[in-house]
Amino acid sequence: MLTLLGVAVVVVGFAVRLNPLLVVVMAAFVTGWAAGLTPVEVLAAFGKAFNENRFVSAAYLVLPVIGVVERAGLQERARTLIGRFRGVSVGPLLVVYLLFRQLTSALGLTSIAGQTQSIRPIVAPMAEGAAEARGVTLDAATRQDVRAMAAATDNVGLFFGEDIFIAIGSILLMVGFLATAGITIDPIHLSLWAIPTAVVAFVIHAARLMLFDRALRRRAAA
Amino acid sequence: MIKLGVVYLLAGLVFAAFAVLSAGDRANPKRFGNALFWGLVGLSFLAGDRLGDIGNGVLVLGLALIAGTGQLGRGQPATTSPDERKALAARFGERLFIPALTLPVVVAFGVLVLKPLQLPDGPLLDPKQATLISLALAAVIATAVGVILLRQPLTSPLQEGRRLADTVGWAALLPQMLAALGAVFALAGVGQVIGDLVTTWIPMDARLTAVAVYCLGMAGFTMIMGNAFAAFPVMTAGVGLPILVGQFGGDPAVVASIGMLSGFCGTLMTPLAANFNLVPAALLELPNRYAVIRAQIPTALPLLIANMVLMYVLAFR
Repeated sequence: MLTLLGVAVVVVGFAVRLNPLLVVVMAAFVTGWAAGLTPVEVLAAFGKAFNENRFVSAAYLVLPVIGVVERAGLQERARTLIGRFRGVSVGPLLVVYLLFRQLTSALGLTSIAGQTQSIRPIVAPMAEGAAEARGVTLDAATRQDVRAMAAATDNVGLFFGEDIFIAIGSILLMVGFLATAGITIDPIHLSLWAIPTAVVAFVIHAARLMLFDRALRRRAAA
Repeated sequence: MIKLGVVYLLAGLVFAAFAVLSAGDRANPKRFGNALFWGLVGLSFLAGDRLGDIGNGVLVLGLALIAGTGQLGRGQPATTSPDERKALAARFGERLFIPALTLPVVVAFGVLVLKPLQLPDGPLLDPKQATLISLALAAVIATAVGVILLRQPLTSPLQEGRRLADTVGWAALLPQMLAALGAVFALAGVGQVIGDLVTTWIPMDARLTAVAVYCLGMAGFTMIMGNAFAAFPVMTAGVGLPILVGQFGGDPAVVASIGMLSGFCGTLMTPLAANFNLVPAALLELPNRYAVIRAQIPTALPLLIANMVLMYVLAFR
């Protein structure tokens, strides 16, 4: 039971909004202590795993180009471009993006879009522009809601699209795990059974986006 | 064969450049904190394999202490003003989208064309890392396209990259730190303890209860561990295989697939999935660091219920 103390550190640390990097390090030492490791052993295990997971942070290599196009006015352009299409408001815009993200992820193209390379420079400004074109005033709270919804849409599209692709990490993990348990499964079956959930995810999130759109416009009319 | 090492070298040089530029940024009162932070990240990429386990541990401790004691400020590289950007946007028009669209095009080219390519001595790209290598290649090409096409200063990729890196701040390193924490959890057997708790204390003699325990367990455990990959082996070995498949005769493909997707519902609701939930909040400069999670919960919860229904209906045909 003591082993779970580290989990408690994480939960409490995040809840009281301590700096998460410190929370994570504290949780590592508490967990190691509870499991009977010396602090040096924890430090070594933690350092080793950190080094092995560098690929997680390598994706920030897209920051420079995103910064360059922002410097040249991409966000502003995305905003005015969407304003020209009078018919497009936030809801349908994000529904189309959701569909695009799910379909491309299902084809294995998970890295062609994302929070850094699509949401910040293009999709979020477009969503803001679409809202403004419909007379929505973007006060701080509304702006946060629109941006957060754009980010959420990317995640939902990615998570519930990628598992339809047979060579994605989670499918390989499942095949490998089931194989060690003596169950041989063709990856294609795992991906096919991801489709029902993908469809439901699209329906639920698309409905929410349309309701969000209506709520925004009602806020504007009030 | 092109391996991940090339990507790490490039990332190391970029972060080292962020560090040097940060150190010279007099507009940032905490410039040395930023310089040290990005410098350590650069060092990790350039020399991580030569630092040893304890050396890397000390490096991580340094990162956490710099961030945790508030030594990280926000750099102020000279950039264009909002009015200048509006004027530039009008002048460049749709050309502005070209560098941003170069990214997905090159990534797709890398994954679809370069990845299957075979040289006499093996594949051109390390097959396990082809996506990340393609992304790095795309970043380099798109940056060049952006600087040339939009006539931006040669230093702008590094200065603007630093501006965005400072915008994300400590959150940028959180996903990697959490991955490392996951390894420590695994070493201490945290997953096993939670799995035992679930299976010991909850009676699963009804099929519906067992489906609910497995799906909710996947989501809840994913929220605690920060990713569904850590939850899957524990919950599937504890509940999925022995009870849903073994006792009730469920189809393992349906159980595993929808179980994993139930875990993904948990991913939408936890700050521990930092790269999906906290990094975007920082990147979009949202005042509430949990705003993205808040936007996702109303999708995640009904979807989790739908998963339970789907599994109940589809796994036991």
